[in-house]
Amino acid sequence: MSVTIHIPTPLRSYAGGQAEVAVDAATVGDALRALAGQYPSLTRHLYTDAGVLRSFVNVFVNDTNARELAGEATAVAPGDSLMIIPAIAGGRP
Amino acid sequence: MTRIALAADQLASLTRHARLAYPEEGCGILLGRATAEAAAAVVEELVLADNERADSRHNRYVIAPQTVLAAHRKAREGGLDVVGYFHSHPDCPAVPSDFDREHAWPGLSYVIVSVCAGDVAEVRSWRLADDRERFHEETLETLR
Repeated sequence: MSVTIHIPTPLRSYAGGQAEVAVDAATVGDALRALAGQYPSLTRHLYTDAGVLRSFVNVFVNDTNARELAGEATAVAPGDSLMIIPAIAGGRP
Repeated sequence: MTRIALAADQLASLTRHARLAYPEEGCGILLGRATAEAAAAVVEELVLADNERADSRHNRYVIAPQTVLAAHRKAREGGLDVVGYFHSHPDCPAVPSDFDREHAWPGLSYVIVSVCAGDVAEVRSWRLADDRERFHEETLETLR
């Protein structure tokens, strides 16, 4: 059994055009790493060059932001639905 | 070159939101439809968002993920998608900063409104390159 990751539209072209990808994972971090492992060109848009999850990238596990749970260590169970949602941030120099 | 199109009244609404936020940064979400290759997007609806930063609101903005998630759901219910975002640069050109670049994804339009001394000076739109090294300006078309 696996979890389903919903890929946001702008990232689908880096994930073989797919809207959903199923991965085997025990935690949110595992799921994201499995996704990036399957589609390496996604990596730079999810992680910094140092391999840290970008601060604006959020993962909702069944409608709850993983940052409000245990972050990347948040446990996931077979059948869970994960959504990658950005926090939109920026500003003038 | 990619392209984003929005109606004249949407552009007016967007720039008004940016002007009212001055001297702080204003922001929002663009819902619409993209072409299959995503080279062009047409905005169908604006979400005028609150700048949810508690500090540095004159040069930083954030739209919380919960707000973005709600916009995604609203878009999907209307058969639309999130095609981009907008924010303002108070007293600064409508050119993305490094901070903007670090917080962007390719495939989305980033519309920036320059508000100088309280008036809108320029509106430009940008897309992040695949390699994340730079933004490319895109054509911003106003539909009548």
